[in-house]
Amino acid sequence: MLRWLIGGGREPQGLAEKSSVQTIGEEQIQNPYTELLVLKGHQDIVRFLVQIDDCRFASAGDDGIIFLWNAQTGEKLYELHGHTHKITAIAPFSSSGVTEEKTDLIITASADRTVIVWDCTSGRQVQKVSCFHSTVKCVTVLQRLNVWLSGGSDLCVWNQKLDLLCKTSHLTDAGVSALVELPKNCVAAAVGKELIIFRLSASNNGSEVWNILEVKRLVDHQDNISSLVSVNDLTFVTGSHIGELIVWDALDWTKQASECNFWDSSVHPDVQPEIKLSQSPHETSVQHLTSDDECVFAAVGKGIYVYNLKMKRVIACQRAAHDSSVLHIEKLPNRQLISCSEDGSVRIWELREKQQLPAEPVPTGFFNMWGFGRANKQANQAAKKMQENTPVYFLELVGDLIGHSSAVQMFLYFGELGLATCSADHLIILWKDGERESSLRSLTLFKKLAQNGDLQLRL
Amino acid sequence: MISAPDVVAFTREEELEDDLYREPPLPEEYSVPLFPFAGQGANPWAKVAGSKFTRDFILISEFSEQVGPQPLLTIPDDAKVSGTFDLNYFSLRIMSVDYQASFVGHPPGSAYPKLNFVEDSKVVLGDSKEGAFAYVHHLTLYDLEARGFVRPFCMAYISADEHKIMQQFQELSTEFSKASECLKTGNRKAFANELEKKLKDLDYTRTVLHNETEQQKKANDKGYYTTQAIEKANELASVEKSIIEHQDLLRQIRSYPYRKLKDSEFHPYEPECALDRADVGSDQDPTASDPAEPGETHLYTHVPSYTPKLIKAKSAKCFDKKLKTLEELCDVYFFTQTLDQLHHIERTFRGDVCYLLTEQISRALLKQQSVTNFLFEDVSFLDEKPPEKQYRGCQELSQDAIDEKCSEESLAPKVIISLGSYKSSVECVPIKMEQEMEDSEEPKLSESVMSEHQENLDYLDADIKGSISSGESIEVLGTEKSASGLTKSESQASLPVIPSPQAGRSKVGSRRTVSEDSIEVLSTCPSESLIPEDFKASYPSAINEEPYADGDEGGLRFTPRANPGVRDGQDDASKQESLVQVDAACCIGKESPNFLEPLPELGQKPCEEDGVVRIPPQPYRPAEQGLRGGFPSHDGLSGGLLPYELDSRYLTGSREVSKSSLDECSDSTGHISSAASTCSDRTPSPAQPACAAGERHRKRAGQNALRFIRQYPFAHPAIYSLLSGRTLVVLGEDEAMVKKLVTALSIFVPNCGAYAKPVKHWVTSALHLVDFQKWKLIGLQRAVSPAGVNVLHALSRYSRYLSILDADSKTLRCPLYKGTVVARLADHRTQIKRGSTYYMHVQSILTQLCSKAFLFTFCHHLHLPINERESEESVVNRRMNFLKLQLGLANEDIKIVQYLAELLKLHYIQEPGQGGSPLLRFDYVPSFLYKI
Repeated sequence: MLRWLIGGGREPQGLAEKSSVQTIGEEQIQNPYTELLVLKGHQDIVRFLVQIDDCRFASAGDDGIIFLWNAQTGEKLYELHGHTHKITAIAPFSSSGVTEEKTDLIITASADRTVIVWDCTSGRQVQKVSCFHSTVKCVTVLQRLNVWLSGGSDLCVWNQKLDLLCKTSHLTDAGVSALVELPKNCVAAAVGKELIIFRLSASNNGSEVWNILEVKRLVDHQDNISSLVSVNDLTFVTGSHIGELIVWDALDWTKQASECNFWDSSVHPDVQPEIKLSQSPHETSVQHLTSDDECVFAAVGKGIYVYNLKMKRVIACQRAAHDSSVLHIEKLPNRQLISCSEDGSVRIWELREKQQLPAEPVPTGFFNMWGFGRANKQANQAAKKMQENTPVYFLELVGDLIGHSSAVQMFLYFGELGLATCSADHLIILWKDGERESSLRSLTLFKKLAQNGDLQLRL
Repeated sequence: MISAPDVVAFTREEELEDDLYREPPLPEEYSVPLFPFAGQGANPWAKVAGSKFTRDFILISEFSEQVGPQPLLTIPDDAKVSGTFDLNYFSLRIMSVDYQASFVGHPPGSAYPKLNFVEDSKVVLGDSKEGAFAYVHHLTLYDLEARGFVRPFCMAYISADEHKIMQQFQELSTEFSKASECLKTGNRKAFANELEKKLKDLDYTRTVLHNETEQQKKANDKGYYTTQAIEKANELASVEKSIIEHQDLLRQIRSYPYRKLKDSEFHPYEPECALDRADVGSDQDPTASDPAEPGETHLYTHVPSYTPKLIKAKSAKCFDKKLKTLEELCDVYFFTQTLDQLHHIERTFRGDVCYLLTEQISRALLKQQSVTNFLFEDVSFLDEKPPEKQYRGCQELSQDAIDEKCSEESLAPKVIISLGSYKSSVECVPIKMEQEMEDSEEPKLSESVMSEHQENLDYLDADIKGSISSGESIEVLGTEKSASGLTKSESQASLPVIPSPQAGRSKVGSRRTVSEDSIEVLSTCPSESLIPEDFKASYPSAINEEPYADGDEGGLRFTPRANPGVRDGQDDASKQESLVQVDAACCIGKESPNFLEPLPELGQKPCEEDGVVRIPPQPYRPAEQGLRGGFPSHDGLSGGLLPYELDSRYLTGSREVSKSSLDECSDSTGHISSAASTCSDRTPSPAQPACAAGERHRKRAGQNALRFIRQYPFAHPAIYSLLSGRTLVVLGEDEAMVKKLVTALSIFVPNCGAYAKPVKHWVTSALHLVDFQKWKLIGLQRAVSPAGVNVLHALSRYSRYLSILDADSKTLRCPLYKGTVVARLADHRTQIKRGSTYYMHVQSILTQLCSKAFLFTFCHHLHLPINERESEESVVNRRMNFLKLQLGLANEDIKIVQYLAELLKLHYIQEPGQGGSPLLRFDYVPSFLYKI
């Protein structure tokens, strides 16, 4: 296609690079997204999408504006202005406190060192806090305790009314990069290479006196922790810039397992030189982690890896899932996995099980020589060594969504309503199932016909 | 589009008819007459050869009290248009047929001068010597300085084609009424201003005079009044009287809008409301005024200013003063508005009448397709006020108004005009004879005519022609008589005649007087109030039946609503007053039977006479000429071309069309194409690019599309892409070539909404996803620069949303098409040779598609389960079965209809207020590369 258009004008290196990634072609039977809606509004990179309820979501980015959207119609509900700098963190917060009725709030933190709480129903600013010494980089809501935490150079605990309950001493200049809630009123904060466990305690007489104590410092990571995710009540996982993945016990904060060989040449000796060529530390960084009950899915560099918690090993991987770094991945209920990347594409994968061990897992036409095919084979061999009867998994590309012209920062899966993606090209795209939309429109049409009384009249 | 025979209108020339008449008649197949003026480059299709102007135009004339009738301006304002046509002479003609005695003065027994709010009169007039026919719209404007306060004006639409005037009478009347109302509104405003100033002057004068008188009184110690003092006192008295009179006038003019509000013809302009601060309550009937002596006319000659001036008792001589220009009379704003409106009229009615008629029909039909018409048609014009509706609305409204006014103003010669009466004025030509017969006062006129006349009711046109060819130079074919009363003996020339409103009422129309200038009034229209209600109601049904019945015969026998083709006996009753005399002063007696004689014979002529070609002329040159080579802009209409050059081009084209359409009947869906109609008229319209741009676009697009489908074997998949909503990018280095292709393909692009076509002719930067939402057809520059590489990268990136037509290497990359619809739409072996014909062909097939999409969209069970238990699957099955079996669609055709249906849904669902977010639908289907 490209060759045909350009007439071979492109440098071969680029083509080679391109061909290293699995492609699917134009026929995508399993891809349900046949309709899209472009939501325009942002004037800069859109970095965050956050779901408010079943049909609303908020978007925020470097322009400091927060938009509320209707996920079904793509209608812009509100445009929230208040921050003067880019948004650094956003979290939904449904308060069900004094008034008994649930109000949907969102908390946004910005580089202007303020945090604003917005009411999603009225589109108004509820409260604003601007007493921070540094930019708040992450916000976590502890729904159970009805408090929320802001992480910057220190860690602050706030209640719903934005009263500062307690705070830690100054932790680091770099600031808390990630926060995750753990059982027993604990939180894990990623501060540089360290993982610090804090315990929150309310005073016994219930007079709203809170305290936050550092419980433990975990220093197992060799590099900055880039992602932190809680798997279940017993486990959480961290990933670092140099590709280490550590599984922790959430109760006693001990290391259960670790994997740092995603990119390790020792696992794939024959492909090492090629990979080294294009590998920078960034390429091995664990960009994002997500999990279901069984597996942790890691976006590492350009690839996607599936780590099984029970087997304590990587059961499937797609070494070159995208042309460049994968920024966000999410597991769908139907064994599907969606990933988005700096290359501007969104890909839909399906985790499939292979009962036998084929010499060549997939037709050669799909995969290049030294990309997925060999890697998978290696994995298979490894698996074979370990356990003969273990089912072998692989990630199959079932569809890709091409629409953004720049890096896709994040996406939000709305189930039936579709998929919202946000990108550095200032756009948000709502991807929808065309069939479903079409029948919905028919429904609306006949409702309107009945309303207008046109059913008889027009005939 | 609506199907119409693909033939070209052609009529024999009236005058030639006369010449040939004495010779033995030719066999029918040789009946095409020779055209004597062909050597001069004139248009042989013109119906009247003798006219001295090249195209229709609008003339505004005034009956100046100083110099008599004089032309003021023409629209278009181009000396070439009127040519050697004698505007002065024609002004005299048109001004001399104003039947309304519109003047203001002191009615007998009235204390104050009284303003008559007279309605405009509408007259059709023909001058066969000049070859000119005109719709003439008379109106009066108020001028404080003018005699009787009024200045008679008229606007005339002058055409060489009498059919056009007659058949478009209603539309012309509506449009000209708008223009007239605009002028009058501005005039009332200006008049009121003038009055106010005048009053200030008078007030000031009174104060001065009063002071002087007082001084004289004081100075006077002799105990008696000097002559000076008496003079002063008289002067003071007259000034005071004049103040009262002017106040009365001001009140009258201000009360006008209130009196008129219920009138359908009244189009209020906002600014005038501000004038109505005063006198809200004093809606006194201006007609009820006390007997008094005439007012002092000497006061009406001074131009007042804002600073009050002393008014001298004596005025300047009437002929010394300079009368206000039309612009001054009407306020600049309203004047320009009026000009705009007149230009609009000129544009609207440009072209041949058969074209106008088909256009009106197709518009009317298109309007009925309210759900689907946006898809492939330009529906912007539908927003304009449709004449039909207006007509009906007016009728009702004015009927109310009539009742009211009849009861409250018995004296005012005010007539409510409704379009219904215009219509009847058109139709009354033949009927008038019957009516004359019935009219007991004039039995002799009609006897000879009556019997034949009944048979000829359907051939109004012929009737008209008959009267034209009767040798008289001017006939008034039909007029709108405005005032039911004031018709008998008032003339425009002698304005300050005192009206005798009741006088003529019963006898109007009873006797025909023929003027010495051989002006004849063949019929006039009675006022609306005299038309029975049931008569009016009979129009629509007649209209709806006739076009379809006649459509099959290949002739253009469509009769639009305005067409006077149908008449019934009821008419007669309504024509009681239709015959009106022209002012006796400019008429000499002429025996009526003389000019009535031709009517019967013409009436008997077969219907070939009605302006429709039965036998097409032979083509002069091979038809292929436009199709050879690359894309010669055969149809390019550059403004610099002289009319006759264009004509000859068109002529050739139209002959081709008519031939091909007769040779090959399969494409009988074409219209009288726009080009054909243009060429069959004397008024080619290249002068103003704004007008008829749509026409030319269609023609050019059709021609280009025709070339495209002949040149490119892969035209089908390309068209399929467009029809199924997949954006087609035309890629090429040469802008002109790309644009031409885009123009060609644009006729296949469905609209996403009522707004402009989603077509972008030329883009030089890289495309984004948003562009595909907005545009379905894009012309894209292929550049060698690095930026060009980016452009290509974007194309390859978004290739799944695109079909790409490479104009340079003549390749196409797009999904496969195996359906049948496009094959019918774009058959490369088609015999259609003209762009506009092909355009019509495309429109007809697309209309078929639209109707299928409509059916598909609005069948409930195809989209929703019949009952709760029914599964989604069975609905899908039913849907597919419907598409395949009921609609007979194969393969990819289904996707076309589905896409159109989706557009219909979106369009229907969409709330009027919001624009509707454009969504992009696409399929994951493989593309193929087509090469020549």
